[in-house]
Amino acid sequence: MSRERLDCHRLLCPMPVIKTQDRIATMQPGDELEVVCTDPGALNDIPAWSRINGHQVLESTTRDDEYIVVVRVCEE
Amino acid sequence: MLAVRVMQEQGIHVEGINFFTGFCVEGHTHAIRKKDQKKPKRNNALWCAEQLGIKLHIIDIIDEYKQVVFNPKHGYGANLNPCLDCKVFMVKKAKEWMQEHDFDFVISGEVVGQRPMSQRKDTMPVVQRESGIDDLLLRPLSGKNLPPTLPEREGWISRDGLYDFSGRSRKPQMALAKQFGFEDYAQPAGGCCFLTDAQYSVKLADLWNSRGSKEYELDDIMLLKVGRHIRPAKHFKLIVAREEGESNFLKGYKKQYPHMRCTSHGGPLTLIDGELSEDELQQAARIVARYSQGKNTPQVELEYVTTTGEVTPMSVEPMPPAEIPREWVL
Repeated sequence: MSRERLDCHRLLCPMPVIKTQDRIATMQPGDELEVVCTDPGALNDIPAWSRINGHQVLESTTRDDEYIVVVRVCEE
Repeated sequence: MLAVRVMQEQGIHVEGINFFTGFCVEGHTHAIRKKDQKKPKRNNALWCAEQLGIKLHIIDIIDEYKQVVFNPKHGYGANLNPCLDCKVFMVKKAKEWMQEHDFDFVISGEVVGQRPMSQRKDTMPVVQRESGIDDLLLRPLSGKNLPPTLPEREGWISRDGLYDFSGRSRKPQMALAKQFGFEDYAQPAGGCCFLTDAQYSVKLADLWNSRGSKEYELDDIMLLKVGRHIRPAKHFKLIVAREEGESNFLKGYKKQYPHMRCTSHGGPLTLIDGELSEDELQQAARIVARYSQGKNTPQVELEYVTTTGEVTPMSVEPMPPAEIPREWVL
């Protein structure tokens, strides 16, 4: 199991979702992806994308001007 | 949502495709502007997919889409919207995705006569022909008004379960939404593309004109969605934030563009696009001061900051609004 970080600073919806989707496609079930965004919409969109695609959101937090979502990759 | 549910009623497995061109209105201004941040920031495509219980694939077509915007075979609409070419391109991409992922046909929520360019009875066959999808494109909401498609002829789906909607009225769709129990849905009147927006199109045309080329990057077209764009000369323009949320967004571009900020008064962050002489820097500073809280004072202090962080203090008289020609403001 690995944990990767995805920098989505300055990207607006839906780019953080697209980057998350594309990165997760390269990862294995059980791996974790930490997505760091500056668009607050990511706090809704990445969990929504994760739910409909069967992945698990482990954490969704705000830190200063950053919005961070951690997703665990699940079997699709 | 309706077209998908009509297919689901027939037991068809559906997955959604959402193309991102860079010009999509979706959520951007909400994300940027502070005054809009109380509004829900949901992405409608994701939200719809979740309501319908389907997977959604969001596909970045920013680079490929440029050719559609640069030179649309069927021309532009009222603004810089290449609607028919756009539809042809997206259906072509959907067909490619369908083939790559082993799906059988493509559906769309189009209704005959609903939109003035891409959903007319005479242009809908153009989309099928030029995209190459031919009779593998099914429009469940208007299917009974159109020739039978392959899925109907092969018996994969029943034509009886399709609808015969036509025209610009959304009442039949709203009635069907009620029948399906959809209480909430995205506004059913288009407007999801900045290229249909007159003001945005003016700014895009200005960008092309000033550069002498239609080439653009994602950052260029994102910045056209933000702030007041003021062009005092062909070789430079100012992007003046209109409020705090926009100032915060523009801060992200400080390493790509020089910027100005007021130090003696509250004021907007302003990006400077272009190479300016000393006189032009003074002129720019006076314009920025005009949009600061010191606009009615004799002198406003500012800083001009280069992309490498070198700071030059400035002190200027705010430019009176009457000295800013209307044509400068895009």
